[in-house]
Amino acid sequence: MRITVTVDGTAYTDDVEPRLLLVHYLRDRLGKVGTVIGCDTGNCGACTVHLNGHSVKSCSVLAVQADGGDVLTVEGLSRNGTLHPVQQAFRDNHALQCGYCTPGMIMQTLDLLAEEPDPDERAVRLGLEGNLCRCTGYQNIVSAVQDAAQRLRGGGSAESTPTEAAKSDTAPGGVR
Amino acid sequence: MTATAEPEIGKARTRKEDEHLVTGRTRWTDNLVLPGMQHLAILRSPFAHARITGVDTAAAREMPGVVAVLTGADLAEEQGSLPCAWPITPDMKSPPAPSLAVDGVNFAGEAVAVVVARSAYEAHDALEAIDVDYDELPVVLDLAAAAADGADLVHPDLGTNVSATWTFDSAEAGSGGDVEQAIRDAEVLVERTFRQQRLIPAFMEPRSVVVDPTGAQITMWSATQIPHILRLMLAMTLGIPEHKLRVVAPDVGGGFGGKLQVTPEEVIALLVARRLGKPVKYTESRSETMLAAHHGRDQIQKLTLAARRDGTVTGMKVELLADMGAYLRLVTPGVPILGAFMFNGIYKFPAYHFTCTNVFTTKVPTDAYRGAGRPEATFAIERMMDELATELSLDPLELRARNWITHEEFPFDTVAGLTYDSGNYEAATARARELFDYDGLRREQSERRERNDPVQLGIGVSTFTEMCGLAPSRTLGALAYGAGGWEHAAIRMLPTGKVEVVTGSSAHGQGHETAWSQVVADQLGVPFEDVEVLHGDTQTSPRGMDTYGSRSLAVGAIAVVKAAEKVIAKARPIAAHLMECAEDDLEFTAGRFRVKGTEKAVGIGDVALAVFAAHDLPDGVEPNLDSEATYDPENFSFPHGTHLCAAEVDTETGKVRIRSYVCVDDIGHVVNPLIVEGQVHGGLAQGIAQALYEEAVYDESGTLLSGSFAEYQVPSAADLPTFTTGRTETPATGNPLGVKGVGEAGTIASTPAVVNAVLDAVRRFGVRDIEMPCTPMRVWNAIHTAQGGAR
Repeated sequence: MRITVTVDGTAYTDDVEPRLLLVHYLRDRLGKVGTVIGCDTGNCGACTVHLNGHSVKSCSVLAVQADGGDVLTVEGLSRNGTLHPVQQAFRDNHALQCGYCTPGMIMQTLDLLAEEPDPDERAVRLGLEGNLCRCTGYQNIVSAVQDAAQRLRGGGSAESTPTEAAKSDTAPGGVR
Repeated sequence: MTATAEPEIGKARTRKEDEHLVTGRTRWTDNLVLPGMQHLAILRSPFAHARITGVDTAAAREMPGVVAVLTGADLAEEQGSLPCAWPITPDMKSPPAPSLAVDGVNFAGEAVAVVVARSAYEAHDALEAIDVDYDELPVVLDLAAAAADGADLVHPDLGTNVSATWTFDSAEAGSGGDVEQAIRDAEVLVERTFRQQRLIPAFMEPRSVVVDPTGAQITMWSATQIPHILRLMLAMTLGIPEHKLRVVAPDVGGGFGGKLQVTPEEVIALLVARRLGKPVKYTESRSETMLAAHHGRDQIQKLTLAARRDGTVTGMKVELLADMGAYLRLVTPGVPILGAFMFNGIYKFPAYHFTCTNVFTTKVPTDAYRGAGRPEATFAIERMMDELATELSLDPLELRARNWITHEEFPFDTVAGLTYDSGNYEAATARARELFDYDGLRREQSERRERNDPVQLGIGVSTFTEMCGLAPSRTLGALAYGAGGWEHAAIRMLPTGKVEVVTGSSAHGQGHETAWSQVVADQLGVPFEDVEVLHGDTQTSPRGMDTYGSRSLAVGAIAVVKAAEKVIAKARPIAAHLMECAEDDLEFTAGRFRVKGTEKAVGIGDVALAVFAAHDLPDGVEPNLDSEATYDPENFSFPHGTHLCAAEVDTETGKVRIRSYVCVDDIGHVVNPLIVEGQVHGGLAQGIAQALYEEAVYDESGTLLSGSFAEYQVPSAADLPTFTTGRTETPATGNPLGVKGVGEAGTIASTPAVVNAVLDAVRRFGVRDIEMPCTPMRVWNAIHTAQGGAR
C-alpha cells in the first residue's frame, strides 16, 4: 500500500506492506531511530510517539493507519539545538539513567501535560502508568514532569532547577 | 587554561550523557545499519525438555528473502560450549552448553534453528516454515525434588541433578565457633525456610547484536555490560584470535546483571556472519528476553538462628538449594557463593555455617541479577532478625542494636571471613528513625490494632551491609573465579590541554562519563567540560573488567585516579625544566605547578603543549603526557544503611500499599549526589518489586507463563511511592576517594524491609510468613489460612 505520512514536519510517501508496524516504518524505513522498541505487547511504552496530536504506542499501530497523518517523534522536539522544555526538565532532574525508556516517557509527558497542565503527583504517576522504566524508580521522572509543567505554563525558571538529589539529606556518619 | 577552584567531587552535576539520550540521538545496537547487512531470527523450543529427532528446513529455505537456514548440527563443529568462568569446586558438574541445540533441548526457549534473511520480517516468516520433531522428556522443575535421589535427570549423562555443593564453616575457617554447639546451647531457636522467587532482570533495551566480519578483524556490537570479558571469552571458546576480534558496547539500555553474559545469540550471530561473510543483525523480542535471557535469584533458604533470651545471637546455619537452570552460564554457580559472605549481615555473632547445593532444572539458566547473592543473604538475615525480635517481644531495631558491630569496633573481622573496614550503623539508624518518625508510626500502628482497622499498618526494618568493589583478585582466585577483579584506566593529555580518559569500566546507564569527568577535573585541576571519557569499545579501551557488582567507582574510578597521579608525576620534571627550578620546589594545586613561595607557575595544559612541541624537554623525557594504570583493590568496600518501610495492608483484599519508605545509605564519600540518588531510587524499585510484584512463573510442563510485560509485573510509576532518602558518610578506608559503591544497595536492602512491614501488619492474625511476591492473593490467603478461614 502507498502511504503518505508527515513525520517531524517532513512528508514521506512510501509503499509499505499492510502488516508493517508504525515503529518499524519510522525506524527501518525513515531512519528515525530515536523511537525505540522495548516490548511486543504494548506494555512498556518505549515506542510512544504522537499521531495527530495524541500519544500512541507505535508498536501497536500499523503504518497504513498513519496514512495521511501527522507523526511527531522525540527527534522532532528540539528546535535549532534548543531542547524542548520537557527534554530540558528530564535532563535537569536526572529523570533518566540508561535512557532507553526516555523517548517514550517524554512523548507521553507531552500528552499528559496537554490534557492536564498542572498535574499533582498522583496524576503524573497514573498518567505514566503505560510507560515502564527500570532504572529510575520513577521519582525523578515525576519531578521532571512537574517541573516541565511549570516551564510550559510559563512559570518555570529557564535555569536548571536544583533537583531532589541536590537537596538530599546528608548527616555525618563517623570518620575513621 | 582556567583552573577550577571549587571541587568537582560532591557536586550534583547534571549528566554529560543526557543530551543525546533526551533527543533520541542515541547509538543503540539495534539502530546500526551496515551495507549488505542481513537479519537473523531464532526458532526456539516450545518444550522444556526434549530430544530433537529431526529438523526439516527445506521449506524455509525457499521462503522470500531467505539467505540461509542453519541448525545446531550445521554449527556443531565450530560452536564449542558457552563458557562458565566459575568452577566453584574441583568436581563441579557442568554439561556442554551449546548456543544452538544439537541433540536436544533443556529449557523452553532454547535456540533450535536460525534463519538469515534480507529483512527481520522475512526471517520471522521463514521460522514458521521450519519443521522440528521432538521426543518429549520428563521436565525437572521443583528444586527440592530435583536434588533428591531418584529424580528425573536434566542431563542423564551426569547421573545427578546436583552440580556442586559448596560449604563454609566458621570453625573450620578459623573465623568463628561451632554452629552445632551454638544450636545445642541456644536458649531460643528460630527456624525458617524462605523462598527466593525466580526473577527476570528486565532491562528495558532488549538484547541486540550486530557482527561485521568483512573488515581486517571481526567487529561485534552488542548490548552487553561486558565487552572486554565477552571478547576474551569468545576468543577462548571459539578459537578466534583475540586481536582479530573487536567488541563494541555502544549505548546500552540497562543491564542489572542481565547483560553480564556471553549469550547464545552473540555466538550464533558471530558464527553465522563469519560463515556468510556478511554483516548480520539479531535483535530479540521482549518475549525472547523473558524466555531465553538468564533469570536471577531462585533459591530455597533453610535457616537456623541460635540466640539467648536477651536477644544475643550466638550462631546461624544456612542451607541453600540454588536453581542453576539447565546450564551453567558465565557466573551461574558463583552467584549463591557471593551471598555466603553476607548472611551474617551487620552482626557479630560468633558461629556460622553455610552450605549451598547447586541444582540443575529444565528452566532457563540463572545468573547475576542486581545484587547477585547479596540480596538473597540480606533478605534471610533481616527476616530472621525480625522473627527473633517477635519471639522475644523486642522492638526490631532494639534487637539489631544488641547484635550489630558498633562504630568503635571497626575494622571488624566477620564470622564469614571478611574484614569490614568502616561503618557506623548507629548513625544511619538514628537518622533513618528520625526521618521516618518511627515512634509516631508505631503509635499509629497500635491505634489501628486497637480499633481493628481493616487497613493495618506494618513497619519493616532492614539494617544492612553489602560488599561492593568486586573484587580483590586474590579473593577471586581463592574462590576459583576465572579472572581477577582489577580495573584499567588511561589518561591522555592533549596539546590543547583537553583530556581523554579511557576506562575499562563499561557503562550502561550509570553515568560514568559525568562521574569520571568530575574525578579527573579534581585530580588534574582541569575544567569538567574539558574531559572526554571513552569506554565500551575494546579498540579504544583495550583492557578492562567491565561493570557489575557496584565496582565502577570503587575500582574503575580509582584506576582513573592512579592514572592521573602518573600524569602529574610525568609532568612535574617537565614543569621544573620549563621554569628552571628544582622539582622539589614545585607544588601542584588546581591544575598548576607553582614554584613554592612565588607567583611563578605553569598550568598542566601548558606542559602538555610544551611536551607536544618537544622543542625543549629534559633529557630522556618521552614527548607525551599519557599514562595508564591498573588498580586491584586490597579489599571490598562495605556500604551500609538503614531502611524503614511503612506498609498499609488491607486485610479485606490483601492489597499492600507502601505508605512511606525511608532509607539512609552510607556509601562513603559521594562523587555526584544526583547520580547516587538516582541509583538508590532505581534500586529500591527493583527490591520492592521482588517483595510485592515480580516472579517468573513456569507451569507444570515447564512453559514460562510470565513471558511478557503483560504477565511479569515490572512496577509502573503508579505502583511505587515517593522515597525519602538520606545519607551518612563514613568513608571507605581502602581507596583514596573513600568511596564504597551504590548500584545495588537499594535492591539489597529494600526487599526485607517491605516483607518485614507486611508481616508486621498481619502477625496479629497469626501469620508467620508470606512467600514473595506478597501479592494481594497471597496476603489474603495467609490471613485466612492463619485464622482457619474463619474471617
